[in-house]
Amino acid sequence: MTRTWQAAPSVGHPLTRIEGLDKVTGRARYAGDVPLPGLVHGWVVPATIPCGRVLNLDVEATLAMPGVLAVLHQENAPRLTDIGEGTLFLFQGDRVAHWGAPVALVIADTPERAREAAERMRVDYLPEPPDTVFRPDHPGLYQPEFVNPHNETVTEKGDVEAALAAAAVVVDASYRTPAQHNNAMEPHSTTASWADGRVTVHTSTQYPYAWSRSLAKLFGFAPGTVRVRSEHVGGGFGNKGNPPRPESALAVMAATLVGRPVRVTLTRPQLWPLTGYRTPTAQRLRLGADPDGRLVAVEHRASVQTSRLVEFTEQVAIYSRPMYAADHLRTSHRVVALDVPTPRWMRAPGEAPGSFGLESAMDELAEACGLDPIELRLRNDPTEDPTSGLPFSSRRLAECLRVGADRFGWADRDPRPAVRRDGRWWRGTGVAGAHYPARTVATTAHATALPGDGFEVRVAAADIGTGARTALTQLAADALEVPVTEVRVLVGDSDFGPAQGAGGSTGTASWSWPVVTACRDLAHRLASGEPVPPKGLTSTFDSADAVAARGDFARYGFGAQFAEVAVDVATGEVRVRRLTGVFAVGRVVNPLTARSQLIGGMTMGLSTALLEESIMDGRFGDYVNHNLADYHVATNADVGELDVAFVDDPDDELNPSGVKGLGEIGIVGVPAAIANAVWHATGVRQRDLPITPARAAL
Amino acid sequence: MTVPELASTVRLMLNGAPREVVVDNRTTLLDLLRDRLDHTGTKKGCDHGQCGACTVLVDGRRANSCLLLAVAVDGREVTTIEGLADDEPHPMQSAFVAHDAFQCGYCTPGQICSAIGMLDELAEGWPSAVTDGPVHLDDGEIRERMSGNICRCGAYPHIVAAIREVAGGD
Repeated sequence: MTRTWQAAPSVGHPLTRIEGLDKVTGRARYAGDVPLPGLVHGWVVPATIPCGRVLNLDVEATLAMPGVLAVLHQENAPRLTDIGEGTLFLFQGDRVAHWGAPVALVIADTPERAREAAERMRVDYLPEPPDTVFRPDHPGLYQPEFVNPHNETVTEKGDVEAALAAAAVVVDASYRTPAQHNNAMEPHSTTASWADGRVTVHTSTQYPYAWSRSLAKLFGFAPGTVRVRSEHVGGGFGNKGNPPRPESALAVMAATLVGRPVRVTLTRPQLWPLTGYRTPTAQRLRLGADPDGRLVAVEHRASVQTSRLVEFTEQVAIYSRPMYAADHLRTSHRVVALDVPTPRWMRAPGEAPGSFGLESAMDELAEACGLDPIELRLRNDPTEDPTSGLPFSSRRLAECLRVGADRFGWADRDPRPAVRRDGRWWRGTGVAGAHYPARTVATTAHATALPGDGFEVRVAAADIGTGARTALTQLAADALEVPVTEVRVLVGDSDFGPAQGAGGSTGTASWSWPVVTACRDLAHRLASGEPVPPKGLTSTFDSADAVAARGDFARYGFGAQFAEVAVDVATGEVRVRRLTGVFAVGRVVNPLTARSQLIGGMTMGLSTALLEESIMDGRFGDYVNHNLADYHVATNADVGELDVAFVDDPDDELNPSGVKGLGEIGIVGVPAAIANAVWHATGVRQRDLPITPARAAL
Repeated sequence: MTVPELASTVRLMLNGAPREVVVDNRTTLLDLLRDRLDHTGTKKGCDHGQCGACTVLVDGRRANSCLLLAVAVDGREVTTIEGLADDEPHPMQSAFVAHDAFQCGYCTPGQICSAIGMLDELAEGWPSAVTDGPVHLDDGEIRERMSGNICRCGAYPHIVAAIREVAGGD
C-alpha cells in the first residue's frame, strides 16, 4: 500500500465540530425531534411476566379510550419474515420471552393518551416458572459454535495444563462483572411515515444502511423500500447498533396499520429490557510464569448469558488472544440462555470485561513475582500475535506504557500495598494495558463537485457523537486539496448506499476509505479539465475489493491506562483522583474530537469500575434499577483529572487514511487499572465489579 | 387533536414571546415545548428528573422541565436553549463549541441552560455541598453544581473548562 502519511492541511488539526453550533443552539434535530404533519404516537405495552404466554388482551376496552386509533397485537399484526432475530419477531405468537417484551402497541393521537391507554391495558398471562439468574455454575452453560461477532469459541496453543503444572509462579483467580446498560442520553425513538411507496424511518441508529436492509427483509418489502435517516444520534455505545431495535419495527408496523406517520419513543425504563445491555460475566484466569515473570501459560475462560430469543455470546476471553506472549495459551467461552432480556453490544464488547480479567490477573502476577507491573508487561510483549501467529501491522504497547509512566509519574512508586495514608484516605496507583481491534469494513461513498463552488460528500455513516462528520470533512478536504469550508459531508441516510455503521471502532477507518478515494478521483477529473455539468460531477467508490485485498495482519490499537485512587478508610468510598491514558491508534485525524472520545471512554471505564450494575430480580426477570437514579453512571463530580496522550503510530497496513478507530479503546483496561490501584491503596484485591464501598471497605 | 378530556389554557412567555395554548392537564412543560410548540432543542433523557437533559430556565432559575406540569408555568417566563442566542450565540454556547464540551450533543441544551442558571446561583452566594467558607468559583464547585446534568459521552472536563472560561474565576 502506498504510504499516505504526509502532513496535510486539515488532518491533524483540532477543528471544532461541523455541527457544533446546531447542537448548542438546539437546532440539531434528533430522531424524536422531526416534525411531521398528522403525526400520531405509539406506546409499548410491556409484558409483566418473565416467561409464559399471553392469554388475552383487552383490546376492546383500550380502543374505547380517548384518542386511541388502533392497537397492534398478535392477532392483527402483519406476518413478519423470520430473519433470525427473535427480538424483532414481534406479535407473531403468544410466547413471552422476557419481562418487558412488547405484547401490544397502543396508537393514539397524543403521547399522553397513548401512554394512559397502554398503561391501563389489561393483559392476562399464563406464567411459567422462570430461570433468570446467571451464575458461573449454571447447568445450562454450553459452548456455542462461535462468539461475537464471528470469533472462534475456543482457541488452544500448546499444553496449558502441563505448563501450569511446571510453572514456578501461578495465579489462579476468578473475576465477575455485572450486567451493565449503555444508557445513551437519547432514548430510542423511531418515526415512520409512508409516501410514494416508500417508508421513511427517522430513527436513532448507529447503522442506517444495515437497519434499512434488515427492516425491509423483516417486513418482506422490496429492497430499497425502507429509507433510514439518522442525521443526529444522541449517543449509542453499541446500544443503537445492528440489528434494528424493536421500536423501529413497531413504528413501521404501526404506520402501515394506521396510514399515518407514527412515532414510537421508548421511556428510559423501557430501554432496559428492549434495547440491550452488556451481559454479566464470570471469568477464570490462570497465568503461569517463570520466576522472572516471563509467561509460560495463559488461560482465560469466560461465561456469559443470553436470552431465549437470540444466541448472543459476548467475546470476553478474546482479549487474551493477542495481548501477552505465552507458548501455551487457551481461551474459551460458554453461554447460558435464560428468561431474560437479550444482551447486546456495549462499548468494547468483549475487550472491556475481558481486560478486567487479564489485566487484573497480570497485576496479581506482578505481585507474586515481585516485579513492577509495567516491567512485567514489557517482558511479555510479543513480536507476533501469540494466538494467530500473524505479524502485527503495528504494536506500540511498550511505547504507551513508557510514555504513560513518564506522564503519570510512575518511577518513584513504592510497590507495597496499604502503606500510603493521607488523613482519612488510603492512596494507591495502578496500571493496565489495553488493546482493541482495528477493523475496516467495505463502504460506498460519493463525492460531487457542485456547479459553482463547493463539494458534497455522501456516505451512509452515522455521527453518534464521535466527530465522524468533522473528521470526514477534514479527510475529504485534504483529498480534494480545498479548505474544509468548501466541503459539506452528508451522513445518516441509507439512500447513500452500502456503508459500515458507527460500531466496533470501525467508522472512520471504513468510511474514510471510499470518501478519500472518491475525492481524489474527483480532484483528478477536475484537474484534467472535465467539465461540471448542471447536476454536478460525481465520483463514487466502493471499497469492497480494496478491503478484501489487504494482507494478513493482526491489526490492533494499543493503550496503557493509569489510575490514582483514594479509598476512604471508614466508608470504603473510592475516589479516582486522576487517570492517564496513552494510546497508539494510528493516525489521529482530529486531536480535539479524538481526545473527547478517549476521555469519554475512560470516564465510562471509571463508571464501570465504581458504579454501574444492573440488578436482576430473579422472581420477575426484571432489572429493577431501570432508571438513572438507581443505575448510577458517572457524573461531573465523580471525574477527576483526565490526561490523554497519543504515541505516534504510523501503520501502512490499515486503510488509506491510516486510522485505527478510537471509540472503544478508551474504556478498555480502565476498570483493571482502578482495581489494581485500590489493591495498592488498601491491600485488598478487587475481583468483582463494581467496586462499591462495601467491597472496598477494610 | 381533539380537545382533551381535562384541559387548561396556559399563558406563558416563551423566549420573550407571549404564548397561549390549551393543554391536556397531564402535559409536562417538556412535552408542551417539544410536542406542541416545536421547541425540540430541550431534550427528554429520562422524564424523571434524573438526568438534567430537559433543563430550562423558569423565571431565570434552572428547572427540570419534565418535572413541571405545563399548567404550573402559567404566567411565568420560560427560557429554552433556542432563546439564548440573539444575533450571536450566547457566550456559553460558543464556549461549549470551542472546548468540545459535548459529543453527541443530546445533553448539551440542558447543560448550557444549567450552567447559566448555576452561575447566577453562585453569584448570589448560594452554597453547595462542597462549599467551604465564602462561595467562590473553582473547578470543584462547577463539578458539584453541574452534577445534576449527566453526560454519558463523558465530556465533563471540557464542560468544566467551558464554564470556567465564561465565568472567569480561578
